[in-house]
Amino acid sequence: MALFSGENILCFRGERTVFADLSFRIQLGEALVLRGPNGSGKSTLLRLMAGLLKPHDGTITWDGENISDDPEGHNAHLHYVGHADAVKPVLSVHENIVFWANLRANAGPIEAALDAFGIGYLTDVPGRFLSAGQKRRVNLARILASPAELWLLDEPTTALDAEAISDLEREIATHRASGGMVIASTHTEIGLKDARILNLDDFRLTEDAA
Amino acid sequence: MYLYKFGKMIFHKYANPTRFLKLASTIQPWAAAATIGFLLAGLYFALLSSPGDYQQGETVRIMYIHVPAAWMAMFCYTAMAAAAAVGLIWKHPVAELAARATAPIGACFTFLALFTGSLWGKPMWGTWWVWDARLTSVLILFFLYLGYMALSNAFDDPARGSKASSILALVGFVNVPIIKFSVDWWNTLHQPASVIKMDGPAIHASMLIPLILMAFAFKAFYIWVMLMRIRGEINEGKIRALRLRQVHGGPPSRTTILEKTTEGAR
Amino acid sequence: MNTFISIVRRDLQLAMRQGMDSVMVVAFFILAVMLFPFGVGPEANILARIAAGVIWVAALLSSMLSLERLFQIDYEDGSLELLALQPCALEITVMAKITAHWLTTGLPLLIATPLLAVFMSLPSDGFWALLFTLAIGTPSLSLIGAIGAALILGSRRGGVLLSLLVLPLYIPVLIFGVSAVDGAISGLPIKAHLLIMAGLLVAALPLCPWAGAGAIKQALET
Repeated sequence: MALFSGENILCFRGERTVFADLSFRIQLGEALVLRGPNGSGKSTLLRLMAGLLKPHDGTITWDGENISDDPEGHNAHLHYVGHADAVKPVLSVHENIVFWANLRANAGPIEAALDAFGIGYLTDVPGRFLSAGQKRRVNLARILASPAELWLLDEPTTALDAEAISDLEREIATHRASGGMVIASTHTEIGLKDARILNLDDFRLTEDAA
Repeated sequence: MYLYKFGKMIFHKYANPTRFLKLASTIQPWAAAATIGFLLAGLYFALLSSPGDYQQGETVRIMYIHVPAAWMAMFCYTAMAAAAAVGLIWKHPVAELAARATAPIGACFTFLALFTGSLWGKPMWGTWWVWDARLTSVLILFFLYLGYMALSNAFDDPARGSKASSILALVGFVNVPIIKFSVDWWNTLHQPASVIKMDGPAIHASMLIPLILMAFAFKAFYIWVMLMRIRGEINEGKIRALRLRQVHGGPPSRTTILEKTTEGAR
Repeated sequence: MNTFISIVRRDLQLAMRQGMDSVMVVAFFILAVMLFPFGVGPEANILARIAAGVIWVAALLSSMLSLERLFQIDYEDGSLELLALQPCALEITVMAKITAHWLTTGLPLLIATPLLAVFMSLPSDGFWALLFTLAIGTPSLSLIGAIGAALILGSRRGGVLLSLLVLPLYIPVLIFGVSAVDGAISGLPIKAHLLIMAGLLVAALPLCPWAGAGAIKQALET
């Protein structure tokens, strides 16, 4: 049995069916890439996986247990990176990350997380001075600062340059090597070794090896 | 938990808008007929066949509109909160629509109660308005309705609007007794001098008949208009769905797929 | 508990650094009260008669001023969905934000009240009653207001809508607050008023964060 999986998920947005009968499963160490054109429901699926949205039918389970039975427990397993970076303009980069790390039981070293994305030199800079790409790196460093098994990344490469993308690829590989799981939606090619692909295009829900 | 499942069983039957529409179109003409019948009978007794009051004279006839309207003001808010609760707990789409459809009707009855109360107050109290506990509570109730309606229309996504306003309806419902209690308290501290107590001797049958008839007329009117409004909302939803397909549908072949998945899903 | 303190501390830090929120709330409070002598005349008797009501109404309006931003900023910059995805109940997070709201608005209002009592020639018998009712009344206002602030997230019109939702619900707190002060001035026992106000606060403490968290959850379902 897969650690994290969804069965026959049905989701409406307003009067529109975003997807019906969608299933997915992911094991420790695996990566799943969501593909599809705009409006095909990639973000919606990630929000369903995070528990921000509830499916109208079907179940999403973690280790055999429905995630809506214990939402806080599920939250502890995951990190979510959405469209907005949640960087407060008046807090320094360090303060921004420390705040989020302290909400978790297992806060790790902040400096290592910052260095992983090459923003160690920005530690004391207030958020309002950061560029879009730097904010995105802060947001990504946040998920390194307190380890969690499952990463849900919604278009994580937005605003990132080539160097930062390769940093991200390396961190994802490290995360998977230590047994972590990654589910990411992306337009651009992102080099993930043996990632499985879930096509949300045209409701052809094929799951195949890349 | 058992209650939840029990409710799911009962409400599930009418969760399907198509089945509901069928039921609604059967009830609606009966409700319309009942409204007209009760209204004609009620108005005949209220305006022609009942005596004037020995104290209030002919102005007492305002009461035959005012009192049932005030009852309806309370009734509609309760019905709205109940429908909102069903919509929130059992995710029942028609219940959400019913709550939304009830609010403007309730607000109109509340306004009617305030307006007729004011018309009655001028000859009886010599003033259009007094800060009487009952009047004040009804005025606040009117604003609770307005807040609900404003919130339910404040979002681009109507589903979001009905959920937010359902929460507000429940919060308001919990608050109504607290507001009523506090206004009563406040009113006894600042008793207006000119108030004549309404509760005289027990109401005579000749007055009770038109009162009851009018109350039935208003209730039937409520059912009639509410069903009409829910049907309107369902049709609006269909139009929105068509628009969304235009935006998200792409080529026609895909629209058919979407149609099938939706049908299969229901 | 750790989460609660972290969030309160962050919100206080944000309020301190990004501005003058508390200062502006107090400035509005003083200005709003100051308008009344201009409106009704400077006669001390009249001012003393309406002092309790005016100060209470002004405090109520000022505490509503910053309510709109209580969740709105976190909602817009993505912090709110991350807060909802932490391993602690969202109700605790909401309670923490309400606490921070009271510390940055209710408390400064309380501190400014003695000055306004002097401006409005409030009889000295009513002074402690005024302070005490505001001290137990303003937390209730923050709690009730938080529901409204959560409900308007993502709506087309924020501030005006918020006041339409929240003001009717504020009326009981206002009634008991003002009548307690008036009672104290006329030398009547006010224990009942204070107990009812405390009761309102105790009832609002669990219910409002719960309803607010519910409202936030459905706001994030977009």
